Amino acid sequence: MHGVSEIVAGVLILIGSFFVFVAAIGILRMPDVYVRMHAATKAGTLGSGLLLLAVAVQADELDVVLRAVAAVLFLIATTPVAAHLLGRASYISGVPLWRGTKLDELQGKYDRDTRALAGRLPDDAPHEPGRRS
Amino acid sequence: MNPFSEVTSFLDGAVAVAVVLIGVSLLLTFVRLIKGPSLADRVVALDLLTVLAMGVIGLRVIATGDVLYLEIALALGLVAFLATVFFARLIETRGRELDHGYDTMDRSKER
Repeated sequence: MHGVSEIVAGVLILIGSFFVFVAAIGILRMPDVYVRMHAATKAGTLGSGLLLLAVAVQADELDVVLRAVAAVLFLIATTPVAAHLLGRASYISGVPLWRGTKLDELQGKYDRDTRALAGRLPDDAPHEPGRRS
Repeated sequence: MNPFSEVTSFLDGAVAVAVVLIGVSLLLTFVRLIKGPSLADRVVALDLLTVLAMGVIGLRVIATGDVLYLEIALALGLVAFLATVFFARLIETRGRELDHGYDTMDRSKER
């Protein structure tokens, strides 16, 4: 009974640390910010999430399990938001794409002065009556 | 110093392997944090560093049974999220004044 949860936790730890390692290799080896972000956020979140899940699996007390699961949920909720904000910020501020990039669907779509998609008002633009927001 | 010196069960072995892997990962991420070349790269590396730190805390909780550290993991995640959000804000508003540090040979693709 106790042995099973230890083995499950051990396997989770091994898989999680593998994915964390993949994320670190990705962030070092990938060619530009956007691809690096892809490696770091997805593999990193999965790896650390699995490690924290292993804590929940091998713990005996309910409050430890709940705290570990809360940490996992928090990680899953915040990392994509942070990655999206960073990706948007670096695209708008003009961090160059890798030379081998085949397709840039946002090319020319962003108004770099108002920081909004073309044809839209930015969220933080001062409200002007008569213009739809 | 040998992390495998006290391995008695499968869980201990897994923790030892994971400590080595995460240690190497922290080093690799740190290399990217130093190399840059743009501020955005460094912020991505910093974000991954804190996610890795949460993983290390999880390992420590398993290895020692020090449950209090889980709260540190939660707080660390919160602080890291806020830091990334505000760095993104900074890059977005001030980004055009920054030198992104890349050798751009192809200026025609400039957006």
